[in-house]
Amino acid sequence: MALLEIREVTKRFGSYTAVDHVNISVQAGEFFTLLGPSGCGKTTLLRMIAGFDLPDSGQILLDGKDMVGTPPEKRPVHTVFQTYALFPHMTVAENIAFPLKMARKPSHEIKLQVGEALDNVRLSDFGHRLPHELSGGQKQRVAFARGLVNRPRLLLLDEPLGALDAKLREEMQIELINLQKNVGVTFVFVTHAQNEALALSHRIAVMNKGSVEQIDEPSKIYSSPRNRFVADFIGKISIMNATVLEAAPSHLKLDVAGLGHVTAAGNQGVRTGDRGVMAIRPEQVRISHPSTDLELKNHFHGKVHDFLYMGDVTTYIVELSNGIRIEALLPNSAPGRAKFFEAGDEVAVSWRHDAGIFLNE
Amino acid sequence: MAKMLVGGPPLVFLLVFFAAPSMIMVLSSFRFPGEFGGLAPLAAPEGGTGGDYGLTAEAYQFFFSDVIYVEIFLKSFGIAMATTLICLVMAYPLALLIARSEKRFRNLLVLLVVLPFASNFLIRIYAWMIILGPESGFSHFVNAILGVFGIAPVTLLFSPFAVLVGMVYVHLPFMVLPLYTNLEKHDPSLLDAAQDLGATTWQRFWRVTWPLSLPGIFSGSALVFIPVLGMFAVPDILGGTGDILIGNLIKDQFLGTRDWPFGSALSIMLTLAVLSVAGLSTWVARSAMRHGQ
Repeated sequence: MALLEIREVTKRFGSYTAVDHVNISVQAGEFFTLLGPSGCGKTTLLRMIAGFDLPDSGQILLDGKDMVGTPPEKRPVHTVFQTYALFPHMTVAENIAFPLKMARKPSHEIKLQVGEALDNVRLSDFGHRLPHELSGGQKQRVAFARGLVNRPRLLLLDEPLGALDAKLREEMQIELINLQKNVGVTFVFVTHAQNEALALSHRIAVMNKGSVEQIDEPSKIYSSPRNRFVADFIGKISIMNATVLEAAPSHLKLDVAGLGHVTAAGNQGVRTGDRGVMAIRPEQVRISHPSTDLELKNHFHGKVHDFLYMGDVTTYIVELSNGIRIEALLPNSAPGRAKFFEAGDEVAVSWRHDAGIFLNE
Repeated sequence: MAKMLVGGPPLVFLLVFFAAPSMIMVLSSFRFPGEFGGLAPLAAPEGGTGGDYGLTAEAYQFFFSDVIYVEIFLKSFGIAMATTLICLVMAYPLALLIARSEKRFRNLLVLLVVLPFASNFLIRIYAWMIILGPESGFSHFVNAILGVFGIAPVTLLFSPFAVLVGMVYVHLPFMVLPLYTNLEKHDPSLLDAAQDLGATTWQRFWRVTWPLSLPGIFSGSALVFIPVLGMFAVPDILGGTGDILIGNLIKDQFLGTRDWPFGSALSIMLTLAVLSVAGLSTWVARSAMRHGQ
């Protein structure tokens, strides 16, 4: 039995449908992420799991029990808020002790568990500090410790890393993975940052306009997006209109508008004559000098339109002869050399026969 | 330089009109009363006859010589404390209601709280004379209810009760405003967090809202307590002859008996008492906030 079962949950605010017939089941011990752009309904869904909002229809079951009549304070579910929501008048230790006190644990047990929780987040020496005396990352860790100390069945995390700078964010991501592994509490994590979702989660539910577009493991979400929205939202991808000429189980032959024939990865649900888009990830596209001998099935000539130097890699935007733009990623593996091509350079782009994916409109 | 230009004039103003008069008060409290009121000269005038000149602590000795003055002090503190408490109990739910109401209504509600200031203070107190007067509907109503329980009719006006009602009425906004200002700033996500972590409505109030509102409670209490302590108009109008407070006593020394040194001494005593109460409450507030939960 799934730990958390969301069945046909719908939530409307006036005429606006924030969450639309959502079905999700989360297994015990899972790190599950709700990913989507702002306004996609992920936070509303989280608030319904926590009990702050009630679904207009549908059910939320925890350990098989319907949570509708259970107020937030009675649910074995804790939340880490985006703003941390640490109690400013309580010390770090008092903040962490709060859920234990509310659960009427004996004081010696509280002391023990608070000490343990502080250890878990490496803040043993900070118990007597007040929240305003902590850095952003420390506050974040206190919020984690407070949410986990009473071992909830489920910990909800509402964009908890949103307020941190990039470097700290990466550190906290690793910390979060370890923390979840150590305490074994099931996490439901909400974020709009796709790289964060990919890095942290066991499974991801991609949400858009109140609906779930796809639920899958991160690698599946990335490599086999179910539709254009998922492909576009997760990572970078070049998208071009295409028609299916030939649908075989192993591969597809596509006619890409203005480009000609392209071979793409096989896709069971696709039939000859289907119209849609061909999508390809920048790192799958090889960029080379036009004279290079190309052994790959799909190769086309073009001109470097622009490039984005990002330090470790450079993204080249190549304009193909027909005006279509495709992105190619090149690691800057040669030391001391910032880029391999200049804007305006004639180049060849190529990709494996199974690198492109066809998506129905 | 610019700082001096901006901060200078108010500083000078305070020095001239607050610090200097305070010093004059201290000084006059150590002098002898003049023969026809006011102060006796510091030195005997040329060819002057007997009499008291120079400095003396007589006024202070006089204060402690009769227990009635200490009693008036204590009674004033009692009234001030009761007024503060009643104001707090009445203002807190009101301030909370305003702070938690929709943003567009808040300013209107605050305006309603301060609206009484638009009419004259004395007129509002005299209005209470009518409301509490023996022929008022309110008095009849109260006595009718008391009658049901077999209690003899009471006179509401010219009683400590009337003084308390007037004090509370006048000072209520001074409690509501700082409380509202404080409560309005509370991060609502703290209450969500508390609820999420298992706190019931009651626990959310006592463990989050109340301790976070302590600064508002303390400043509101100071704004009520201190003026009530020196207030003479309300007991003058609504109180009976036995309901004299420090304010009335001081006023009488200057305007009635014309014993300036004693009036000054009373003022100084009052100031010291207020300062020590303020100091004490600051200390309590600090430690409460340090250990607050």
